[in-house]
Amino acid sequence: MTVLPAALAEIRDDFLSFSEKDRLQLLLEFSNELPALPERYREHPELLERVEECQSPVYLFVEVSPEGRVDVHATAPAEAPTTRGFASILAQGLSGLDSAAVLAVPDDFPLQLGLTAAVSPLRLNGMSGMLWRIKRQVGEKSAA
Amino acid sequence: MTVAFDPSEKFQAYAHPERLVSTAWLEAHLGAPGLIVVESDEDVLLYETGHIPGAVKVDWHTELNDPVVRDYVDGAGFARLMSAKGIARDATVVIYGDRSNWWASYALWVFTLFGHADVRLLDGGRDRWVAEGRPLTTEAPSPTPVDYPVVKRDDSGVRAFKEDVLDHVGKPLIDVRSLEEYTGERTHMPSYPQEGALRGGHIPTAASVPWSRAANDDGTFRSAGELTAIYRVEAGIDDADDVITYCRIGERSSHTWFVLAHLLGVPRVRNYDGSWTEWGSAVRVPIAVGAEPGSAPGR
Repeated sequence: MTVLPAALAEIRDDFLSFSEKDRLQLLLEFSNELPALPERYREHPELLERVEECQSPVYLFVEVSPEGRVDVHATAPAEAPTTRGFASILAQGLSGLDSAAVLAVPDDFPLQLGLTAAVSPLRLNGMSGMLWRIKRQVGEKSAA
Repeated sequence: MTVAFDPSEKFQAYAHPERLVSTAWLEAHLGAPGLIVVESDEDVLLYETGHIPGAVKVDWHTELNDPVVRDYVDGAGFARLMSAKGIARDATVVIYGDRSNWWASYALWVFTLFGHADVRLLDGGRDRWVAEGRPLTTEAPSPTPVDYPVVKRDDSGVRAFKEDVLDHVGKPLIDVRSLEEYTGERTHMPSYPQEGALRGGHIPTAASVPWSRAANDDGTFRSAGELTAIYRVEAGIDDADDVITYCRIGERSSHTWFVLAHLLGVPRVRNYDGSWTEWGSAVRVPIAVGAEPGSAPGR
C-alpha cells in the first residue's frame, strides 16, 4: 500500500502547475535550498552513503529517532545542481515523517513530477536511486 | 563564415589543431561574427546556474536524441534545433561542458554525424573556465533563428552499430570504461539495482584504455607526445587501423574518439554509441570477463 505524504504531494503539484521549461527553474530553486550537512556528519564522512546511481558524488544519511521520526541529510557538489535538486526535494518532503510514512512512499514518485521530458529518464534514475536508498536505510534503522 | 583558428603552441603538435580552442582564445573572441558557443553538460541545470556569456545550451539527452527510439534526431530535427539556437550551417561552433567535456565531446560527435564542418572543443571545458575566474552570466541569450538546411545524417563515417562491432571483434577496439567495468567486477551492495546492463565484462579482444588517461587533472587534453605514447605505442594503434571505441552509453568514448580522430589524426575511428548498455544486455553476443582482453570467438 503506497501513500504519497502531503509534503511530497504539494511539491508534485507545484511542479505540475508549471510549464516544462519552468519546472527546471523550480528544480533549480530546490537545488539552492539543499540544507547544509549538520556538523556531526561533516566530521564523519564514513557515516554517509554514496548514491551510486548518480554520476555526481552525492551522499546521504538518514536518521530515525527512537519515536520513529525520520530526518534525511544529503550533500552534493555545487556543480551538480540537478542532483542537489533531487536530494533537496526528498530531504524537504520526507524529513519529519514517521518511518512507516516514508516506507509507504511510491517508488515511482520521481516520475510523477513531470520532469521526464525536461530532465530525461536516465537522469531521473538518480532520484529513484536516492529514494530507494533512503527507504532502505529507514527500514534498517527502524526497529520494525 | 569561419572564425580564425587558435594558434596556441600546445595545439600545433596535434594532428588537427583547428579542433581545439583555449579558454583565453575564447574569452578574446566572444561575440565574434560567425562564432557560436554551445554548452553541453551532464547536469541539465548547470547552464542555468551561470554560463559563458552568449553561450546557448544544447542538451544531449533531451535535444539530440529521438524522444522515442534509441537514436539521434534526424536531419529535419537537427535543422530545427540548429535554427532555434541560431546556429548557421557555416558557423564556427565551440562546445564546452562539465566533467572534462564528456558531453561536449558527445555533442561534437553528433554534430559530426550531420557534417557540420567547423566544430571545436574548449580545452579544459567548463571547469577550467570557472577555475580561471572567467566571466559567467545567468542571462539567457535569445538567438535569432536562422535557416539551417536539412542534411541527411550520415552514420557511416564515425558511428558503429552492434552488427559492425560483431564483425569487428579482433580488430582494434578500445574500452574506455573504468577497470572494474571492464573486468565485469561489481562493487555493489546486496539487492543493489544494476545500472543499465544485464551482464558485466567487455567485448572480447577490446583493450582497456580508460578515457581519463587522455585528460589532465584540470580537464585539458594531455600533450600530443603523451597521447601518442598511450594510444600509438601502448595500445598499438596506427593509421592503417579501423578503430572502434565504446563505453557505457557512448559519452566517455566520444572523448576518446575525439582524441584519436582529431588530436592524433587516426583516419578511421568510429564510436559505438550502443556501448555496454546495449552489448551487456544483448542475447548471445560474446563477452569476456577479467583483466585480459580475451580472444575472438571462432566463427
